[in-house]
Amino acid sequence: MKRTDINTAGGSPAQGPGRFNSSTILYLVLLALALVAPAVLYPIFLVKVLCVALFALAFNLLIGYGGLLSFGHAMFFGGASYITGHAMLVWGWPTELGILVGVVFSTLLGVVAGLIAIRRQGIYFAMVTLALAQMVYFIFLQMPFTGGEDGIQNVPRRAVFGFIDIANDTTLYYVVLTIFVFGFLFIYRTIHSPFGQVLKAIRENEDRATSLGYHTTRFKLLAFVLSAGLAGLAGATKVVVFQIATLTDVTWQMSGEVVLMTLVGGLGTVFGPVVGAAIIITMQDYLATFGEWVLVIQGVTFVIMVSLFRRGVVGEIAALINRVR
Amino acid sequence: MLDVLNISMPMLFGQLTLGLINGAFYALLSLGLAVIFGLLNVVNFVHGTQYMLGALFAWMLLHYLGIPYWGALLLAPVGVGLVGAVIEVTLLRRLYSVDHLYGMLLTFGLVLIIEGFFRWLYGASGMPYSNPLPGGTNLGFMFAPNYRLWVVVFSVAVCFGVWYLIERTKLGSYLRAAIERPDLVQAFGINVPRMITLTYAFGAALAGLAGVLAAPIYQVNPLMGSNLIIVVFAVVVIGGMGSIMGAIVTGFGLGIIEGLTKMIYSEASNTIIFVIMAIVLLIKPAGLFGSQK
Repeated sequence: MKRTDINTAGGSPAQGPGRFNSSTILYLVLLALALVAPAVLYPIFLVKVLCVALFALAFNLLIGYGGLLSFGHAMFFGGASYITGHAMLVWGWPTELGILVGVVFSTLLGVVAGLIAIRRQGIYFAMVTLALAQMVYFIFLQMPFTGGEDGIQNVPRRAVFGFIDIANDTTLYYVVLTIFVFGFLFIYRTIHSPFGQVLKAIRENEDRATSLGYHTTRFKLLAFVLSAGLAGLAGATKVVVFQIATLTDVTWQMSGEVVLMTLVGGLGTVFGPVVGAAIIITMQDYLATFGEWVLVIQGVTFVIMVSLFRRGVVGEIAALINRVR
Repeated sequence: MLDVLNISMPMLFGQLTLGLINGAFYALLSLGLAVIFGLLNVVNFVHGTQYMLGALFAWMLLHYLGIPYWGALLLAPVGVGLVGAVIEVTLLRRLYSVDHLYGMLLTFGLVLIIEGFFRWLYGASGMPYSNPLPGGTNLGFMFAPNYRLWVVVFSVAVCFGVWYLIERTKLGSYLRAAIERPDLVQAFGINVPRMITLTYAFGAALAGLAGVLAAPIYQVNPLMGSNLIIVVFAVVVIGGMGSIMGAIVTGFGLGIIEGLTKMIYSEASNTIIFVIMAIVLLIKPAGLFGSQK
């Protein structure tokens, strides 16, 4: 059975060198829109989208370019938010150090989980990451510092570097936007580097990459660790914004949500996870009053996307443009 | 040694029985998961939900139609099997030609739909299901509740029945052949698509059967399946999906280990199976009974 298809969406012409200019213009327009967005939309909503979008981008790095479906990314997202929250609330650390320690934690957790998970491929990899994340969930549930069902609450919003006052929501938005752009450029750089090319080669045909002399496990591990660290950055930023770290962020439902966002936006597309995150967060906001139905609607979205639109929103649009051209 | 750990014999046997029962559920679920994966190449995420449906159907049969446990033991798995057949024919079938990951994602979506619906209908708190075999039996070394004895004996019988069906009968040989070379089996005149539907329905029905058995022990809860399925995934990774007997032995073994952990160091009982999975992956990545493909 062929292993492709999941990756076809990544092959949009926008990534070729000839199209470099127009895609650069597109990104600059999007950045300009992001800069003026708080004038139109509620900043906290935008911040939430950015945090979750960064999480989805981190997840997509692994599935879209490494072909590895992690069903346990909540352990990095939620784990980092616990550590950052604890460092800032109990140890009184400044914001930037708090975020840093969260990222360091998720990166180290990524090393450990990665070493275990990459020993199996394909569908087993998904099951192993899911199981490891569930273990991390139980550990956090039982550790006293996480506050059990209550979580860590009232994490202070301290001025970044001592002078950028993030108590103001608009300022906060621009700080988070900076973090997001950093994360986005980091991922963009990674997937367009020689490392990213080897990763794609492994995704397409691991045996051939091995025979070409690449230590495929090392590449996969590094991709996993990078993805974990970035997911941690998203989680750490989220705790600064919402001032709370809870069990919700380490559950398998959260791991599933990031899969859904990336799937909706387009697996393996550069910008798909951001679009997917925006769609899902908007959906959750509007549907919040429906209670249990939110889950049902998310499930239906999953089924529809998998059955009919496997390339996701961005992937389908790219395919459409391709066909017209 | 037991005195040192401050453990009484009745407690030991009590936990062992409960461990055996959980092990039976692990075995039944990982059996179905392995057979489904073997033939369909789909990791059936909705397997835990099918277990929940078994318990819930049993509860509904009793609650709305007055059909007692023994009727439900037959009817509920059949119902779950039918639901499974519908899922296979309408949804899963379209995904066999694409990456296996999509099958997992689709069934994950089904988990959200089914669980969300029943949570909306019945809430997240458990609903009691009365014990059909009250009382207990004194076995000499322990006092065992009748119902738990029944579950252990019955589920062991079912596990070995399935093993016999797959490994020793003509029907099972078709199934094993179709797992290896579906195209060849089709060429010999066997309707492979129908076989796939029936296999999926059978796996789902096994999960449903485990659910009915679980109903009187644990409360019937729309969420009872989703946490279980993750443990079962770990069990499958530990055992490897290659062998039916391997799935049975691993399931029961891990259930017992989990039960003992609950007694010796209860804080670790939730995580012990995942820890074992990590160790097995580091030492023997293909799983205890698996072969690396």
